[in-house]
Amino acid sequence: MSMRGPIATHRSATGIPTGRLGTWWLLASEIFIFGGLIACFILFKLNGTPGFEDASLTSVTAGAINTFVLLTSSLSVVLAHAAIEKGDREKSFKYIWYTIGFGLVFLIIKTYEYTGKIIHGHTITDNLFWSFYYTMTGLHALHVIGGMVIMALISFDIRKGYNFQRVELIGIYWHFVDLVWIFLFPLFYIANF
Amino acid sequence: MSQEAATVQTDIHEEHHEELNFLHKYILPTDHKIIAMQYIFTGMIMAIIGGYFAYAFRMQLAFPGELVPFYGLVGPGEYNMLVTNHGTIMIFWVAMPVLIAGFGNYIIPLMIGCDDMVFPRLNRLSYQIFLVSALVLILSFFVKGGGFGGAWTSYPPLSSAAEYSLTDWGSSLWVLAVALEFVSFLLGGINFITTTMNARAPGMKMMDIPIAVWFIVLAVILFMASVGPLIAGAVMLFMDQRIGTTFFLPSGGGDPLLWQHLFWFFGHPEVYVVLLPTLGIVADIITVFARKKLFGYRTVLYTAFATGGLSFVVWAHHQFIAGIDPRMANVFVVTTVLISIPLAEMMFSYIATLYGGSIEFKTPMLWALSFLAAFLIGGVTGIYLGASALDVYFHDSYFVLAHFHYTFFPITIIGMFAAITYWFPKMFGRMMNETLGKIHFWGTFIPFNCIFLPLFFLGLAGQHRRIYNYNHFPDLATQELQDIRVFATASLVVMLFFQLIFIYNFFVSMFKGEKAPNNPWKANSLEWSIPSPPPHGNFKTLPTVYRGPYEYSAPGRDLDYWPQNEPPEKS
Repeated sequence: MSMRGPIATHRSATGIPTGRLGTWWLLASEIFIFGGLIACFILFKLNGTPGFEDASLTSVTAGAINTFVLLTSSLSVVLAHAAIEKGDREKSFKYIWYTIGFGLVFLIIKTYEYTGKIIHGHTITDNLFWSFYYTMTGLHALHVIGGMVIMALISFDIRKGYNFQRVELIGIYWHFVDLVWIFLFPLFYIANF
Repeated sequence: MSQEAATVQTDIHEEHHEELNFLHKYILPTDHKIIAMQYIFTGMIMAIIGGYFAYAFRMQLAFPGELVPFYGLVGPGEYNMLVTNHGTIMIFWVAMPVLIAGFGNYIIPLMIGCDDMVFPRLNRLSYQIFLVSALVLILSFFVKGGGFGGAWTSYPPLSSAAEYSLTDWGSSLWVLAVALEFVSFLLGGINFITTTMNARAPGMKMMDIPIAVWFIVLAVILFMASVGPLIAGAVMLFMDQRIGTTFFLPSGGGDPLLWQHLFWFFGHPEVYVVLLPTLGIVADIITVFARKKLFGYRTVLYTAFATGGLSFVVWAHHQFIAGIDPRMANVFVVTTVLISIPLAEMMFSYIATLYGGSIEFKTPMLWALSFLAAFLIGGVTGIYLGASALDVYFHDSYFVLAHFHYTFFPITIIGMFAAITYWFPKMFGRMMNETLGKIHFWGTFIPFNCIFLPLFFLGLAGQHRRIYNYNHFPDLATQELQDIRVFATASLVVMLFFQLIFIYNFFVSMFKGEKAPNNPWKANSLEWSIPSPPPHGNFKTLPTVYRGPYEYSAPGRDLDYWPQNEPPEKS
């Protein structure tokens, strides 16, 4: 890194701040990655591939708790954004760390689920359903971890008093991670046809 | 990585651009012009590797079983590895970095009148990931078992199981390199789109953006919308190879056709991803050297939208003989033939631009015109292949091979030379030698046709692709056909020889060429209004735009060009 920041423009011909526009395009590209995986999964499921009946083995309770945890974390990140809009750095810092905490709870429940399944022999190579299950929920969990790390970095920045707009950007990203889970939950836990 | 866009934010704009030290200027730059050079030079080095591979396997085809000078003996497995990586390198590590990432980086901020990309550090990161991907690919040639040899399309089960491909780590590193490369271009693409949307000079409306910028941005959007499923597919293929999942293996309930769908859902838009930047660059060059306004700016733009949209619904024409439902094939025949309509319309617009112009045959113009001619042959032969009845015979023959080299060679190589010769004065502040440039042009364009025209006839004669020695096939081992193969190979060697002239011209002109003025071609777009080469930060005062980029030979003006940033005279 150079000692001073690189040149960067403050122009906004569209009226949308550059950071937000970039975040939206990033999420657009992510939609196609998750969309590709979801489409493959649904096609296999509709073809009646053997093994997909294992969807009944996933714990709806654990999945539902995780959905609740993740949705609550979206609320706390919104509160962090609302606080920083008012310039309340301490409150925003606090809510960011609440969000990180919810992310951690989500990961712990996920780990508990993974462990249980692996003990019962449902590893990633067991059949195609479990391959998709670990690939897609694993990719989603990586996104959760990535979001948590970035939130932690941002929280210290805003406490020092700069880069306030990043709270909004990580919020947009966090909502996306939530939304992906909203698709994964019915596919892997509820749908059992 | 995906979080980088969120963390990199606008920094303080400094009016005084202090000199950076060597490390920060050339090794870890955030200046879009230096990053562009990194992409272009990396791409050119990869082009040399790709060309060398082509030389080795063409020599094997012309003189089977003999020692190839400067290479050695080409065995069957090695032959597969050479053709596979020739294709992979030329598309992913030459066409993409040079045309989109390289020239996109160079011209977008200059042409829209901005001082840099909006995310300079993201830009640097995307080059670094790209460099790692190139190194991973090169590394894959040297692991045990050698480089991957399952063709650039990488169909499973050949690519997914080591007992079939015989290149255990070669195939995995290949997948890894391709996936890294995609990530790099996704990050770069986000930067390109956001820059063009947000950082345009005041006064530059949507219809004042040069076609070259428009098309690079469209290409990036096409790439973004098509590559996602293949990234997912690459992850699945990698897990099939390394963990033992069976996404693409029928033995475990998987489906090898799924990979073909994922690959070609990306692979066909990819043709337009690399085509559009070249078409855009050519549009800018022909207007400058024909001294005429681009015929039908909006038509050209809308045909590109139509092409981009249609390119998502033609992919299965690569799979007519893969066992897809014939009723589905009918649908894809219709869409495939449809896509030639907007492209033909665009071609006519370009030809109409040339009509009645005062054409100067400078080197960039020669490249641009030869692109139109050669791509026309590639496009017309594509209509044959799009018809499923004919494709059953032509599929995987040299006819297909000649067809896509008549599209990809003009796009990649001719487009690259057009862009380099056109922007060289701006990039390095010196003019290239015209005479050497013209010798190099003819020395490339004539042998190019001598290589690939004969291959159409080999394909019609039934010569199948991906066979390392035709002596094993009595029908194909005749003297007549062998003579054609030798002729094509000899033409390739001639063409490669003429590239030495380009390399000489490139480096000698860079240091000893005639000093270039700000606007050597008398062009309108913003990059020609500033010194050559542009300083760090590009514009001394950021420009304001008053008109479109193609106001050449405007009636009632003394000068035959009208720079975009020149204020209108008060009446």
